[in-house]
Amino acid sequence: MNISLSITKNIHEWLFSIMPEGIASITEMVLIAVVYLAIFAVAGLYLVLLERKVAAWFQLRIGPNRVGWWGLLQTMADALKLVSKELTGTERADKFLYNLAPYFVIVSSLMALAVFPFSQEFHAFDINIGVLFLMAISSIGVIGILLGGWSSNNKFALIGAMRSGVQTISYELSVGLSLLTMVLVTGSLQLSEIIEVQKNGWLIVQGHIPAVIAFMIYMIAGTAETNRAPFDLVEAESELGAGFHTEYSGMKFAYFFLAEFINMFIIAAIAATIFFGGWLSPFGITESIPLLGVVWFLGKTLVIVFLMMWFRWTFPRLRIDQLLTLEWKYLLPLNLLNLILMALVVWLNLTIQF
Amino acid sequence: METTTITNNFKSEEYFINMGPQHPATHGVLRLLLTIDGEIIKKVEPDLGYIHRSIEKMCERDSYQQIVHLTDRMDYLSSHINNEAVCLAVENALEIDIPERVKVIRTIIGELTRIASHTLWWGVMGMDVGALTTYFLGFRDRELINDIFEETCGARLTMNYNIPGGLMYDIHPNFIKRVKDFIAHFKTKLPEYDKLLTGNVIFQKRMKGVGILTKEDAISFGASGPVGRGSGYSCDVRKHHAYSALDKVNFKEALRTEGDSLARYEVRVQEMWESMSIIEQLIDNIPEGDYKVATNAVIKLPKGEFYQKVEAARGELGVYIVSTGTKNPYRLKFRSPGFSNLSLLNHIAVGGKIGDLVASMATLDIVVPDIDR
Amino acid sequence: MTNEALQKLISSWIPELEFTEEGSQFLNIIVQPEQLHQLMTQLKSNNETSFDYLFCLSGIDWGKELGVVYHLESTIHRHMVVVKVQTEDRENPTFDTVSNIWATAEFHEREAFDFFGIIFNNHPNLKRLFLTEDWDGFPLRKDYVDEINMVIK
Repeated sequence: MNISLSITKNIHEWLFSIMPEGIASITEMVLIAVVYLAIFAVAGLYLVLLERKVAAWFQLRIGPNRVGWWGLLQTMADALKLVSKELTGTERADKFLYNLAPYFVIVSSLMALAVFPFSQEFHAFDINIGVLFLMAISSIGVIGILLGGWSSNNKFALIGAMRSGVQTISYELSVGLSLLTMVLVTGSLQLSEIIEVQKNGWLIVQGHIPAVIAFMIYMIAGTAETNRAPFDLVEAESELGAGFHTEYSGMKFAYFFLAEFINMFIIAAIAATIFFGGWLSPFGITESIPLLGVVWFLGKTLVIVFLMMWFRWTFPRLRIDQLLTLEWKYLLPLNLLNLILMALVVWLNLTIQF
Repeated sequence: METTTITNNFKSEEYFINMGPQHPATHGVLRLLLTIDGEIIKKVEPDLGYIHRSIEKMCERDSYQQIVHLTDRMDYLSSHINNEAVCLAVENALEIDIPERVKVIRTIIGELTRIASHTLWWGVMGMDVGALTTYFLGFRDRELINDIFEETCGARLTMNYNIPGGLMYDIHPNFIKRVKDFIAHFKTKLPEYDKLLTGNVIFQKRMKGVGILTKEDAISFGASGPVGRGSGYSCDVRKHHAYSALDKVNFKEALRTEGDSLARYEVRVQEMWESMSIIEQLIDNIPEGDYKVATNAVIKLPKGEFYQKVEAARGELGVYIVSTGTKNPYRLKFRSPGFSNLSLLNHIAVGGKIGDLVASMATLDIVVPDIDR
Repeated sequence: MTNEALQKLISSWIPELEFTEEGSQFLNIIVQPEQLHQLMTQLKSNNETSFDYLFCLSGIDWGKELGVVYHLESTIHRHMVVVKVQTEDRENPTFDTVSNIWATAEFHEREAFDFFGIIFNNHPNLKRLFLTEDWDGFPLRKDYVDEINMVIK
């Protein structure tokens, strides 16, 4: 495995100069894990805040504005409140699975976060099967949801969990196939290489028509995979109360909640990396300042996150059969055709290269 | 839609689930006992009475002036129309001539109440199908109406503006201007509702062909208001048994023949336009005169039975008073629209999905205190 | 159809019916419990009357008797009529159900059962609607006593 821990070479060299090699690399891994955990927590909390602000904007409200300047500490306060809350549970629940479920969800989100190239240097885990790894990891989350719904001994939760299972398994296909379409252009699954290829133009430009189709399919399927509106049947509050996390409270609920937002971030980050060049600046305008890569990456991701929030606050929810019809009758065949189209484009060298 | 039969090789088991009394889709404390096979509804049985206050029994000990105030608490979203029903029944029984001014003001406020009720319904309806933003748009416009009410009646929700014999007070000097301002405002905002929700593909798919109620069934189930009219059943009390100033105005009865949830939705949206048109016809022609006629401090109805129906926001509200000549009614029955409309929920929801149940229940526009009188 | 014509037509079906317009804006038909279902079926199915809309069904405690009042309207002819039925049996007041004629009666009859204890024969699901199953007595009856919850002035 190709683990290149190259956040900053200086820290790396400094650590290795004062410690024996084994301890140094363990320290380094712990350090990186801590950094990523911090990113995870902050990103999750601020995505929640962003969601609330965007929702407020759509809904002619102000949104959180009391805790901290512009409400910036609101979600921190919420998290503190959740930490201090009692962890309730149901009788005759499968206690072990019930307690395990939130960790499945959150760990899978956290693992997926590790492979993203935030910038050229800022890349914890550059694995050669990056895209595949992302797909695999992001589908572990559904196990947590299924476990949580099943083990909480609540029928609403169970219905929610079953819906989630059906939905994620179906839409996983579309996410995978639309990404595979793009892999045809890059010829590599490694995220750093995918970005390297995009120095000749972002993939959505390189692949033109099939790439745009793939992006649209990816956005639909990705929104569905994160269980967000209009595909939020899992926790359709008007139908199932709170869905699979009905019986969770306090920090365990917060794990589900945060993971949902992190998953949204991950879906957006994959889209930014694969379709829009990741940390690359448009036309290489800031290529001389590598640090700005993080800004570009986050900027692109947040635009896509905003798009997903836009979906959520304007669309009604689909019904479960319509959800499955959309996937199996429309998206999947379209996706397969698109894959062939992209193969032709690549084969006939019709990609647009700058 | 094309349907295919798939032989079910798996053994499926029906299970039972409690929807409510505390559930977001039941709008209050309605409890639905659902029998479900997977996602498909097999049976819906409403369990009522969680906020039953026995208003009918309370009425038997109260004077007629007091009863008016109890009616506010039935369907609180069309409180003015409920008041009006009792007042009209009492006035007809006493054979009092009500000044034209009172009739016109009652009608204007009644129609404003209807718009307020429908805007709230629209917001909640959107929420039920998952479009959360509608809630805030609906409430934004409803607030403006409530402000008008507040200025004239002193209350926003339970208005108590009607008394037997007329109105509690005259209208506020600003009333006419504010109503006109509101109509001008709402005419620009109502198309926004359509833009956000009505035209949405997902919404259309969720509503079309869902919860179908035929005209025969609608009549048999005693459906009234937009629920009945969505099935092509002309049941507008304002048309067939006009009361107050409604015989002086021109308006179209909103009718759809499809009988599905979308039809009921469209009827309500059109009704908002029609209500605006009624208000516009009346607002400039409020006749001068008294705002009430004096009645005895103790109203005694003659011996007999009196029935008054009005078109409340949710349908036909009936007030049935049996009087023995004393100052209290011997028996008072409210025929509430929600009660009859709820009785057809099982009929339209069976065979659909859980999501369909929620969508069709939203188009029935159930207000639980109206059912649990 | 005018009230006179209605009265003439309906009395031709069942001669024992009593008609009155006194103290009411509608034509009142007073029917014996045994003939209730027959009358109702005919009111609905006859093309000249076609009372297809039961808009109100109220139970009433007359002191000595218990009764049910049906308010009917025809959505075709737009005429209205009131049918009244009562019984002196306060222990087991029983009438035939009309829920197979008008579906809305199912709920309304359950309400009447709940508050007046009126039993409807052949009702598909006659049980308490608002009150709990173990509730004692029938609250809207005049002789109902509940010293805790009822405020008598």
